[in-house]
Amino acid sequence: MNSKKTNNQNIKDFLFALIKNKWALTSIIWLFIIIAIAIFASQLAPFDPNKNNIMERVAPPLTLDKQGNMKYLIGSDALGRDSFSRLIFGAQVSLIVGFSAVLVGGILGTALGVYAGYYGKWIDDIIMRLADIQLAFPFILLAILFLVVLGEGLINLIIVLGIGQWVTYARIARAQTISQKEKEYVEAAKALGVNNFSIMFGSILPNIFAPLIVIASFNVASVILAEAALSFLGLGVPPQIPTWGAMLAESRDHIFAKRWWMPLFPGMAILLTVLAFNIVGDWLRDYLDPRLKEVE
Amino acid sequence: MFFYILRRIPQTVLVIFGVTLVTFIALQIGGDPTYLFVSERASPEEIEETRKMLGFDKPLHIQYLIYLSNLVQLDFGDSLYYRQPALTVILETLPATIELTIFSMLIAIFGSIPFGILAAIYRGKWIDGSLMAIAMLGQSIPSFWLGIMCILYISLNVSWLPISGHVPFLMLIFQGEFIQAFKNLPTTITYLILPSFAVAFYSVSRNARLIRSSMLEVLSQDYVRTARSKGLSEYIVIMKHAMRNAWLPVVTIIGLEFGFVISGVVVVEVIFAWPGLGRTVFDAISNRDIPLVQAAVVVISLFVIVINLITDLVYAKLDPRIKL
Repeated sequence: MNSKKTNNQNIKDFLFALIKNKWALTSIIWLFIIIAIAIFASQLAPFDPNKNNIMERVAPPLTLDKQGNMKYLIGSDALGRDSFSRLIFGAQVSLIVGFSAVLVGGILGTALGVYAGYYGKWIDDIIMRLADIQLAFPFILLAILFLVVLGEGLINLIIVLGIGQWVTYARIARAQTISQKEKEYVEAAKALGVNNFSIMFGSILPNIFAPLIVIASFNVASVILAEAALSFLGLGVPPQIPTWGAMLAESRDHIFAKRWWMPLFPGMAILLTVLAFNIVGDWLRDYLDPRLKEVE
Repeated sequence: MFFYILRRIPQTVLVIFGVTLVTFIALQIGGDPTYLFVSERASPEEIEETRKMLGFDKPLHIQYLIYLSNLVQLDFGDSLYYRQPALTVILETLPATIELTIFSMLIAIFGSIPFGILAAIYRGKWIDGSLMAIAMLGQSIPSFWLGIMCILYISLNVSWLPISGHVPFLMLIFQGEFIQAFKNLPTTITYLILPSFAVAFYSVSRNARLIRSSMLEVLSQDYVRTARSKGLSEYIVIMKHAMRNAWLPVVTIIGLEFGFVISGVVVVEVIFAWPGLGRTVFDAISNRDIPLVQAAVVVISLFVIVINLITDLVYAKLDPRIKL
């Protein structure tokens, strides 16, 4: 990006490019809606997501109450809990885990990657060998092992998923740092006696931020998928907290009864949210790095 | 090539050490691992006894060395639930998982090629647009949800394919019953189609996009223009000249792909009642059979490491530009 442009101009360019791409725009709007739903879940949900109603188990979608008002928009589950309310609250876990794990992994990976790239030599060797080791694990299995030992909990889930993501950031940050550290502004900072830490995170980091943001956007998508898979396997947050993955796990017992709505809605929620992050990531990549667009 | 192998082997050994160290540490991070091995009602004496028996009273580095020497002797610990060596349990279920993994890998690799090429040839046309839209969708669908929906709409509603279950093939091969195995093969494949489709859809999507962009890059190169101007047919140009180089990025990710596919298999097995390692791990989670989970992680990771090594070597062979 042209550094001579003012910040305002940059934001204007960004918004203009966004409006021109209808898919990216739709995705961003959708993500804002999901975030709003997650924040205002307790106001929006028609019922307490954990309120059992043994008399009205597995109600089909569009079930009305005695007065003819809508009661279960997308049905109720095996305990008679309102699926729509659970779907709304499920957005919270997906988004909190998605964003926090990416933050954890992003900060950790970027810091390690910049260190490795800046200092090189044995620090680089150690960090990159660690990355190799991590890549040797099928990630879900490693996450399963740690979560089985640590037990369920939001924080554990975020840490495990976050640590699982650091390698991607580290590799990109390292490669970018290596190419930046020979540049004049780094030389100049060194000559001025700026300490290494400030050079790394004050001077170099802002210049390598763009590709990291692109990675982060795709990464939120894959973390949400991983969280759903772990919840589906019964790992992750305690069972009373509604999640989309856990809703899918519960729907498994109802496949043969052909209760199609039970897997349909939570699955669609995951799909649309993940899709939106992927589309935004794609668009951000094209926007921030026009070189890639020529190839595509 | 020889020197490349020579350099690559110590790297692999290092990674194997790392993997064992991480799986060893995994048991320790929750505090005293003894509690993972005893029931909640265990008396203090029982706990003390178990601790001694499993060696958790020894210093950590000694414990790790014992763990390592056990692994070398193929002792992966004992399953708490099945009360037999974890490796035995894993080896019983591994053939079914390998079948599903290989079949999914085949779909992931060969299924993506035609789509990637088509999209590249018709760049910017509606074929390209719709294929890439599907690929985008494919990268956003949870595999286990796709599995559930396939069962609902394909198996239950129109009953084209079996709902779930497994007919052994590899297991019989390992047991030397070749005739029965090949008799089973057609049925084995009908059972494989849905789960492997659910697993591979993500990878097909990603690979198709990868092949498309690498194909586009190759198609713009001089040697392709030369081939065209020689009057070669478009088919020959694409399949013989361009494909050879467009392939390379796919080969590099096959190793990583394997780890990825295995992760998908673990989850999808649960839906299709596939009697493989994933199913076993799933049961082990609910039984809190931690040694079995640990052993499964080690075995699968070693598998992935070996496959990665092989793909790297194959890649080095395919692409002479890799410095030896």
